[in-house]
Amino acid sequence: MSTEKTMHIVQRGLGKRYRQEKIFKLMGLSAILFSLAFLVFLFSSIFLNGYKAFYQTAVSIDIFFDPAVLEVKDPASANYNGLIKESLRNAFPEVKKRKQKKNLYGLVSTSASFHLRDMVLADPGLVGQTKTIWLLADDDVDMLMKSYIDRDLPQADRRMNDLEISWVDKLIAEGRVTSRFNIGFFTNGDSREPESAGIMGAAMGSMYMLAITLALAFPIGIGAAIYLEEFAVKNRLTDIIEVNINNLAAVPSIVFGLLGLAVFLNFFELPRSAPLVGGLVLFLMTLPTIIITGRVALQSVPPSIREAALGIGASKMQAVFHHVLPLAMPGMLTGTIIGMARALGESAPLLMIGMVAFIVDIPTGITDPATALPVQIYLWADSPERAFVERTSAAIMVLLTFLILMNGTAVYLRSKFERRW
Amino acid sequence: MIQKSVTIIAVAVALLAGSALGTSKAIARDYVSIVGSSTVYPFATTVAEQFGKSTKFRTPKVESTGSGGGLKLFCSGIGVSHPDISNASRRIKKSEYDTCQANGIEDIIEVKVGYDGIVLANSKKSITMKLARKDIFLALAKQVPDSKTGKLINNPYRTWKEVNPSLPDTRIEVLGPPPTSGTRDAFAELAMEGGAKTFADLTALRKARGDEVKILMDKLGIPENAYNEKGKTVFKLVAHSIREDGVYIEAGENDNLIVQKLEANPDALGIFGFSFLDQNEDKVQGSFIDGHLPTFEGISDGSYPVSRPLYFYVKKAHVSVIPGISGYLEEFTSDKAWGDEGYLADKGMIPMPDEERTKFSTDVKNLTPLVWQ
Repeated sequence: MSTEKTMHIVQRGLGKRYRQEKIFKLMGLSAILFSLAFLVFLFSSIFLNGYKAFYQTAVSIDIFFDPAVLEVKDPASANYNGLIKESLRNAFPEVKKRKQKKNLYGLVSTSASFHLRDMVLADPGLVGQTKTIWLLADDDVDMLMKSYIDRDLPQADRRMNDLEISWVDKLIAEGRVTSRFNIGFFTNGDSREPESAGIMGAAMGSMYMLAITLALAFPIGIGAAIYLEEFAVKNRLTDIIEVNINNLAAVPSIVFGLLGLAVFLNFFELPRSAPLVGGLVLFLMTLPTIIITGRVALQSVPPSIREAALGIGASKMQAVFHHVLPLAMPGMLTGTIIGMARALGESAPLLMIGMVAFIVDIPTGITDPATALPVQIYLWADSPERAFVERTSAAIMVLLTFLILMNGTAVYLRSKFERRW
Repeated sequence: MIQKSVTIIAVAVALLAGSALGTSKAIARDYVSIVGSSTVYPFATTVAEQFGKSTKFRTPKVESTGSGGGLKLFCSGIGVSHPDISNASRRIKKSEYDTCQANGIEDIIEVKVGYDGIVLANSKKSITMKLARKDIFLALAKQVPDSKTGKLINNPYRTWKEVNPSLPDTRIEVLGPPPTSGTRDAFAELAMEGGAKTFADLTALRKARGDEVKILMDKLGIPENAYNEKGKTVFKLVAHSIREDGVYIEAGENDNLIVQKLEANPDALGIFGFSFLDQNEDKVQGSFIDGHLPTFEGISDGSYPVSRPLYFYVKKAHVSVIPGISGYLEEFTSDKAWGDEGYLADKGMIPMPDEERTKFSTDVKNLTPLVWQ
């Protein structure tokens, strides 16, 4: 066959081959664009729903720290709510009817009295003075200010009636209403009042759990990976172990919750709802992932490294720990971080061990009752108050930030330390 | 270097795990542990928070496990590893009470806290439905009496107009909770049974025993394998079965989700608790049931037919041991919490009449245990 003829055949097929490649590239690109579009849609809908939760409404009220109310045996249990009510009555002297008064008191958050209590306990010199104080507004006022409550609807169809709105308008006209950064969202525990609900409790719970998960899963997972990959003899038994580890990695997480309930709560009688148990359950869940990624990382280290180490007289253990492990470590860390990120986003197994609970106090140790970030999102999404909708989205944003940070670290570690052979 | 740090981590882990498992049994609990109904959850949590913030006690922990799940945990034993209080959106069952007794929980204090209405609601964009319980039964039951023969047939109705000529000619489409939910139980018991009782044969079946049941079952065309000596059981089987042909859509336990779906689909009706109607008055409207709208007053005075009492149960043996229980009980039964103008009413709970409140708060004060009649 002459060269010319061969070239002719190649030339003839060339157009088709180029076309196929172009089509394939286009399909790949559109797949990427498609998933990006969904991602943008998801993120923007969460952001649009939630960004308003990062600031909230406060109203300023002149409070007279009445000695008659406050000079009691135990200032911590004085009637601070009474002070607020008194001040509101003074600000709106025209309100006389019982029902209307009740609505009036409802303009200020029920948590405001605890704020006053803390102020007085911190500075007893306040007693007897009159101060203008910014107090948290009720969630309904907050919703009105963020225009979630439509003023144009008939009165019966909205959470606030005309009279209440007129009070708010009067306060706005006097410059007594402001919108400020919602610090409480980051420093408070959970609350049934949306305006004082925060994610600190859930974040601490997640942190304690992840600390336990990491402390257990990392050394045990890496140890298992090293043993299975470098030391274990290849026989029927190790095959069975390998199949089981791969299986465990695919078991639905709720199963680990059931296991945790049976073993840690019922048998070991560990406390319910504690991050200790949550951490143990998540440890069991993440362990297979870490073992598998650890083994893959070890496999990717070329055998020449081991052989060279053994060749100059290193023992098997020295070869593994001095030469192979340092090279495999970036891959193992990446796997661990991805496993931890999965543990952070997990809520199903926590349901079984009582961590889906209303907990106000911020946990201070691994045996205190606690929830976790995803559980907090679930609980808020299930709450009737409208103001929890934006808080749910805000909490999702916080969780996503943590996840992006963790996965970003994994990518960074990989690109920074990974060696290619 | 790595070898050393790995050893240190391994030792630390061993110590941590060892100490955690070793000391666990000795951990005393210094907070109240509450489990139970998701319907009572919003109210119990509000009280818990008030109590925790206004006293030096720690805030009670409230878990939402459902009424049945809560009572199961509650009745599993005495001691710090078991909950102190269980919320329930129905009364404790005899079987649960017996389990409690068998596990050494002899004295249980029953506290009724208030009422909750179950509403059938639709989007504000459509007209208000005027339903009778009979219409609800006919629209949603799996089997209904045939209008001519009186025998039970598979539910043939597709539109509300077919159920009742005075209703609009729209497709029947109802979003509601799944069978695991307490709301579903209460809905079946109050609305569906109420509707079933409007049929003479079904009412007779409810009261019948033994052979009478067989005759009535034959008349209604109920297959024999459903036979039970007590007619009431057979009646419940008929009245509580909700159709499974896509007309009734199980929308999960999340009531917020149902509200959102109603907004998107103006023809659909949704079943959920009154507090969600209260919070979403701008989006959804409650339907009339037997001539009554689900309003605060209507549920409170009992004229609105689909409402149920809410309870919680306390272990007497725990009251003196776990710090904070008596304080929590006092807070819950105070007028500022469960009273007519209390903060629980603001959260959507319907308060009890004065006499009932007095009775239960006295029971709580004296820690009067429940005696099964």
